[in-house]
Amino acid sequence: MKLEGKRRLWQEYQKDIATDKFFYVRSCVRQNFFPAAEQTFLRILQQTLGKTVYENPGHTTCTGIGYHCDVVPLNTTMTVVARQFALMTEAGYENLAVSCITSFGLYTEILETWHHFPEIEEQTREFLRKATGREFMIPKNLAHASDILYKLRHEIAAKAPFRLINHITGEPLKVVEHIGCHYSKMFPHKGIGGAEYPYVLVGLAEALGGEIVDYPERRHCCGFGFRQYVVRANRGYSLSCSKKKFDSMEPYKPDLIITNCPGCPYFLDRWQYVVGEMEGKTYGENGHGIPVLTYEELVGLALGYDPWDIGLQTHQVSSEPLLIKMGVPFDPSKKYAGKKGENIGRPAKPGTLKIDMDALHIHESILTS
Amino acid sequence: MCPYAGHAYICVIKKTITVDYYKELSSDVRFVEGLTGCLHCGTCTAICPAAEFYNYDPRIVAETVQTRDNNKIHELLTGNMIWYCGECMSCKTRCPRNNAPGLLIMALRALSVRTGLFTESEKGRQQLVLKRTMGEWILKYGYCLYREEMTVEDHPEQGPTWEWQNKNLEKLFERFGVKYRGDEPGPLRKIPQEALDELQRIFDVTGATRLFEFIEEKSAEKAAEMGLEFDNRLDCRYVNQLYNLDSGIHTKD
Repeated sequence: MKLEGKRRLWQEYQKDIATDKFFYVRSCVRQNFFPAAEQTFLRILQQTLGKTVYENPGHTTCTGIGYHCDVVPLNTTMTVVARQFALMTEAGYENLAVSCITSFGLYTEILETWHHFPEIEEQTREFLRKATGREFMIPKNLAHASDILYKLRHEIAAKAPFRLINHITGEPLKVVEHIGCHYSKMFPHKGIGGAEYPYVLVGLAEALGGEIVDYPERRHCCGFGFRQYVVRANRGYSLSCSKKKFDSMEPYKPDLIITNCPGCPYFLDRWQYVVGEMEGKTYGENGHGIPVLTYEELVGLALGYDPWDIGLQTHQVSSEPLLIKMGVPFDPSKKYAGKKGENIGRPAKPGTLKIDMDALHIHESILTS
Repeated sequence: MCPYAGHAYICVIKKTITVDYYKELSSDVRFVEGLTGCLHCGTCTAICPAAEFYNYDPRIVAETVQTRDNNKIHELLTGNMIWYCGECMSCKTRCPRNNAPGLLIMALRALSVRTGLFTESEKGRQQLVLKRTMGEWILKYGYCLYREEMTVEDHPEQGPTWEWQNKNLEKLFERFGVKYRGDEPGPLRKIPQEALDELQRIFDVTGATRLFEFIEEKSAEKAAEMGLEFDNRLDCRYVNQLYNLDSGIHTKD
């Protein structure tokens, strides 16, 4: 579809997004696999943009992955979610900022269910009362964390010293954006841009100067599939879905992939490593993979945060090729160091996939002292 | 009466079907919302990631439940097909009639579990693995996934970075400005005991605790029938087989 047509469609899928005073709920997957990404989100909002974000350490999983593995019943999940709402209410907040796409989809689904079936909401309130004695208000504003960075994208871009532009050639970097399925496939009007042409990450990448790659399998699932990954016997499903996407995007030579879902960056990162080990195939330049970033990691880089403070060393596919193109200064010798620079070892090298600075050339001016 | 989905558990005696499955499905809000009149166009199958990988066809699922044929629905509940879906909900977006086969699948799986029929298929039996891993991790840790339970042996796809991280979790989290398993807000904080107690009570009053027990009971019966070792360990023969075995009958050539 022509860009003009997409922009018309995007106009039909807008929603209100709060800009301050958030109650933050975390993601199980991200806390395990990309623990620094959520910290980077808070740093962007609290330190760089001066927003208020509150977090209660007693909030828990929403049980979403268990729910979508069909081992946690709907009533249970609704009541756990109601407890998160109660913690928000008790803290005096009305805007819920959700780190996880599975949670965001589930919260949306539950609110829609309660809207259409008020008796189910009342039953959930009764369950929560009986189990915890808590009461809750429904959030005034429900937003995924990527919605919030989208909403603040121009403010972010105005403060960003680094952009999605090749600092040597001046050409925009080619960006694959991957949207988590549960962001808007179930409820298109709850996502910026809808489900067919979601705009949430497009808008963010464009504000930072990047050029979006429109490839055939753009909307295909990364392959989490819940039980299809968690149970080892099913894991081929997950790998096959990601590989289908890699093969589809490869001819467009993307410089990076950005995602807004917890599982997607994990799968798009790790399955590149696995394809390399299984088939000797890599998708990036010089034997590297295509760097995969979360939306906060991208914004953090643009804002000049140290790549190793925002956790890029926890990825299996190295981000160095992207850092070099963006002109982001970094110290390769600090990548695997502790906070005070102490030596804490380093990961073994994969058999095929090139990592770190292997086969890369870098101008000295980009290195920090 | 079991609070799970507001229904009683149903005892299905083998080869004698006494349950009106369509009626049972119709009392699940996901079924009500997921079926608004399928016209069998096949758009869901065309877009479905599972249909590309498995011997799976969401159109057939929608068509089958729509017939209200009890024997055919029984076949779904006892077979592998309903367990192939990845619940990505791509089908919901594209259906011209606003059906959601993914939601039908969730209602069918819930019914398969509470009738005990989940143990009749290789993929359905995996419910025990899911209960013993993330089901129990939720109550033990407050997280669906917990990295210390996810070993490199079980997850070789994690790559060498995972092994390095697991050896250095405290140092790594310190670099990210938080205490690993600390009491303050932050990633992988230690969830307070009072919060875990509340989760447990929620599981008790909403029927999840009873459901977990039922999954164990039915799985034990099946293991005995199959002659496989069964105890409460994750590596007993029955669970080990569920976690690792793929009989090769599920995927396309």
